[in-house]
Amino acid sequence: MITLTINDKTIHTQVGRSILEVARDNAIWIPTLCYHEALKPYGGCRLCLVELETPRGSRVVSSCTFPAEDGMVVHTNTKTIQQSRQIVAQLLLARAGHVPFIRELAASVGVNDTPYTLPQDTCVLCARCVRACQEIVGMSAISIANRGSDRVVVPPFKISSADCIECTTCVLVCPTDAITLDDITDSSRTVHEWQSEYARGACRLCEYTLNGN
Amino acid sequence: MNHFSIQNIRTILNKHKDNKTPLLAVMEELQSYYGYLPREMLIMVSERLDVPLSQVHSVATFYHGFSLHPQGEHVIQACTGTACHVRGGIHVLDHLKTKLNIQAGETTSDLEYTLETINCLGACAVGPTVVTDGKYEGHMTTSKIDHLLEKIEQES
Repeated sequence: MITLTINDKTIHTQVGRSILEVARDNAIWIPTLCYHEALKPYGGCRLCLVELETPRGSRVVSSCTFPAEDGMVVHTNTKTIQQSRQIVAQLLLARAGHVPFIRELAASVGVNDTPYTLPQDTCVLCARCVRACQEIVGMSAISIANRGSDRVVVPPFKISSADCIECTTCVLVCPTDAITLDDITDSSRTVHEWQSEYARGACRLCEYTLNGN
Repeated sequence: MNHFSIQNIRTILNKHKDNKTPLLAVMEELQSYYGYLPREMLIMVSERLDVPLSQVHSVATFYHGFSLHPQGEHVIQACTGTACHVRGGIHVLDHLKTKLNIQAGETTSDLEYTLETINCLGACAVGPTVVTDGKYEGHMTTSKIDHLLEKIEQES
């Protein structure tokens, strides 16, 4: 057992858990986007940042990837944290302000509009789909290609992947509905540049069929 | 340009068989031998190394050193780093685009020239810098670009 303090509240917990998990268990709210309970922490969205008190001053870390340690002093709602969350929220709004989930998320950290202008995209590159395909399904049919501002989620070479088993896990874990069932099953659709050649069929793992058969 | 041979790809793959994470080393060697990484080659690499094709594609598109398309006979790299930028590197790049009639990252249809941007060559003192087939040229101007291209044409 270890003992740590989050927002002046003393908490006892087991070793090997992240600050985020401990906070959630104790009803302390930390906003997240790329975090998903079924997936390994990614530390990509930077919304879950918290501030640690250390002998060498304060330190900002992502709570989803940082393990809770004995004697740790954590603050989840300092001025620094609020500001960094707001910048992340403003950037998310600039890219995907048309997505209701993103607007709600931004509103939850007190942001309703953005000073930035970015090309619009429903996909916010949280990589939940990519990680689910790899970690849960074990197929790795999709990945993030390119780098920097050109990053996109695509199947290899932007053509339908032979590794895709049409399980639609990526659709389920996508927080912004950037991937739709049609992207995977309808060959006429090219959203996300996913062009599937497959006839609509059952998932090769669980035999679930999309059209309800 | 070297021709695509399954035998040769096998040889390169075998050379790295004791490497625990051979993907990058294999891809680098294939890139330098063939000048680019065609899709069929990457599918073979993925199967042989048991690395998902999506991951191979990720790596191939992440690093600037890899190309999925054939490269031109001459590779011209224009530096767009901060120092070259403030010294007018962007005009040099624009002039190259106009002269070659391609965008950065593209290859002319006759496979003669590939134009690339590069973020810093460490030669900031002589910027704007342009590299032609590995040779550094400093203090570039639009008229010097014309001479440079003429020189390349005469030599080839």
